[in-house]
Amino acid sequence: MASKTTAAAWRIFSPFTLHSPCSISALNIRQCSSKLATKQDTTPKGSPFRPAVSSTHDWIGPPNPLSNLRPIVYHIPENESDLQKRLRHLRQETEDWNHDFWTKQNFSFTKQKEEFIISQLKAEGLTLRDEEGRRRSLDSEVMAVFYKGFLDTNGVRHSSYNNEWYRRNFTITMLMARVALRNIWRTVTKRNDNNSTSAT
Amino acid sequence: MYKTPCCRLSGLVGLSVKQKLVLNVPQCNQSARNLIQLHRRDPSNWLTYQHLIFLKRQYVIKNSELHQRAIPKQAPALTIVNEREDTIERRVQRIPTIDPADRHTVSQPEDVNSDAQPGISTLKPVAEDAAEQRDSVSGTVGTSHETPHVHMETDKAKEERLDRQWKQLKVIVADLPDVYAKLAKIKLTALVVTSAAAGFAMAPVPFDPLLFFVSSLGIGLASCTANTINQFFEVPFDSNMNRTKNRPLVRGQISPLHAVSFALACGIPGVALLTLAVNPLTGFLGALNIFLYTCCYTPLKRLSITNTWVGAVVGALPPVMGWTAATGCLGQGALLMGGFLYCWQFPHFNALSWNLREDYSRGGYRMMSVTHPSMCKRVALRHSLGLIGLSTVAPVLDVTTWTFPIISLPINLYISYLAFRFYREGDRGSARKLFFCSLWHLPMLLLLAFTCKKPRRDPEEPPAAALALALQSSLPS
Repeated sequence: MASKTTAAAWRIFSPFTLHSPCSISALNIRQCSSKLATKQDTTPKGSPFRPAVSSTHDWIGPPNPLSNLRPIVYHIPENESDLQKRLRHLRQETEDWNHDFWTKQNFSFTKQKEEFIISQLKAEGLTLRDEEGRRRSLDSEVMAVFYKGFLDTNGVRHSSYNNEWYRRNFTITMLMARVALRNIWRTVTKRNDNNSTSAT
Repeated sequence: MYKTPCCRLSGLVGLSVKQKLVLNVPQCNQSARNLIQLHRRDPSNWLTYQHLIFLKRQYVIKNSELHQRAIPKQAPALTIVNEREDTIERRVQRIPTIDPADRHTVSQPEDVNSDAQPGISTLKPVAEDAAEQRDSVSGTVGTSHETPHVHMETDKAKEERLDRQWKQLKVIVADLPDVYAKLAKIKLTALVVTSAAAGFAMAPVPFDPLLFFVSSLGIGLASCTANTINQFFEVPFDSNMNRTKNRPLVRGQISPLHAVSFALACGIPGVALLTLAVNPLTGFLGALNIFLYTCCYTPLKRLSITNTWVGAVVGALPPVMGWTAATGCLGQGALLMGGFLYCWQFPHFNALSWNLREDYSRGGYRMMSVTHPSMCKRVALRHSLGLIGLSTVAPVLDVTTWTFPIISLPINLYISYLAFRFYREGDRGSARKLFFCSLWHLPMLLLLAFTCKKPRRDPEEPPAAALALALQSSLPS
């Protein structure tokens, strides 16, 4: 539990960089709670369900509790071309960047919501819990003030995230298309070569 | 089938246990307190308690693999009700994780109880995982913890369970139809095609079955494309909202490239079909609708509240397209049919978004319900009343007879009444009522309009006209 919170803290308070290196440390710290195999980790873990690098596909995991995004372990093919490497790096980087943003977002939302509720209850002179030990909830009209405030304060950040996300998503998809086309081309030319060599 | 005997039995058991426990409260341990809290709750919770008893009989619960109990997959047509705020409070008392070793018979029902409830209100494949997610996301303040030895075991069990949820990112061909259906939001597409069919049926021309089929197919394909591209754009946002976190792209069932290919495979034939087999105007409207939905509405959702108005236009275009498919031109009737859908969108969407305010705010969506709540209610009311106005205009434009405003008045008044209640009270209950009403109100309105359709008077060919009328009247809308 403690390791998870320190990991979360590290991710939240680390500088918000777009060029975070897709290093073991970044992966490890983010995902240390689920202890999955990283790209560099060659020893397959105990349970048969854990993804090892020797697999033939990417693996996608359960949603991260902080960012609600699902982590992906990328498969590295043997003869990885430059294009594939670029794609993989971009996907990994985008994943980390997304995780950063959403962890921060969810964390600050929850924190500010708690503070808002507590301050509102204090203003009314009520305790956080009522006689039966249940948490008091505020009226939805009152909460709406908080929700609106949250959106307003984060407006610029959201729109810049938006633009960046659209750009990255588009680039990743275009790269995937190029990789797929190149693979098809390779398969076709290899088959032609095989046909021509078998014919001669 | 099992409910009545179980009801009485567990009710009896519960009552007797409660009496005993109330007498011995100081000497009892945590389990008693939990039981009492269980019974103090809303009686509707007893149903989930019985559900649990039924489940326990039905499913094998292995000792260390309690987490693997199969939860019946629930796929309601629309997930609307999000009772997160309620469940978060209840979760405060419950023991945070299921501990299989410490077989507290009470802690199990407690845990599964609060799990079953969110299971009903939100879609999720693994109830517990999302429950834990919500725990950490909402920042559990004051959750009671078990003794340390129990915690370590549950952590390890949790690790193993999380490991099992890792899946290979490869396409499972058997799942593809289901994945495509989810991508295309097939139920929403069906409703879109229905509204387009209504526009087609209301057009004052002889009914052409082939044209009807081709235009419905084209409009359906265009809708599939728009929905897929929308999901392609919104992956991280969808992951963070309860309503949408089980979409195929979020779960990694297919890659983004695959989704885009599917969208192109639907969109290009769809628009081509509309342009070539129907008429260019309908094709143009189809392409325009796709553009409006994917490139205007989707980005605008995060920038400004005007997204709702753009979305209303997107919803209004299908019946217009149906009309233009039948007649080939943009008549007054087309705009009227579009107007019905446009006005209907506001009570429908505003009521839906009212109960999702927290999710929208956290996800960064700018919706009227979050930023301008009073405008949200006002607009819903205004447009519900507008429906009455439009129904009155229909016979003036020769689309329907004068019977239509009269027979549609009851349902229009009812939805306006609910919108008024929503305007005054502005709570979850009234929003939910309005939303559910809007779901049946629109099909009813379109059906009534069709039954009151103005019969075409064609003096040159009376038998043909009669035949056409007979065809039209036998056409199901």
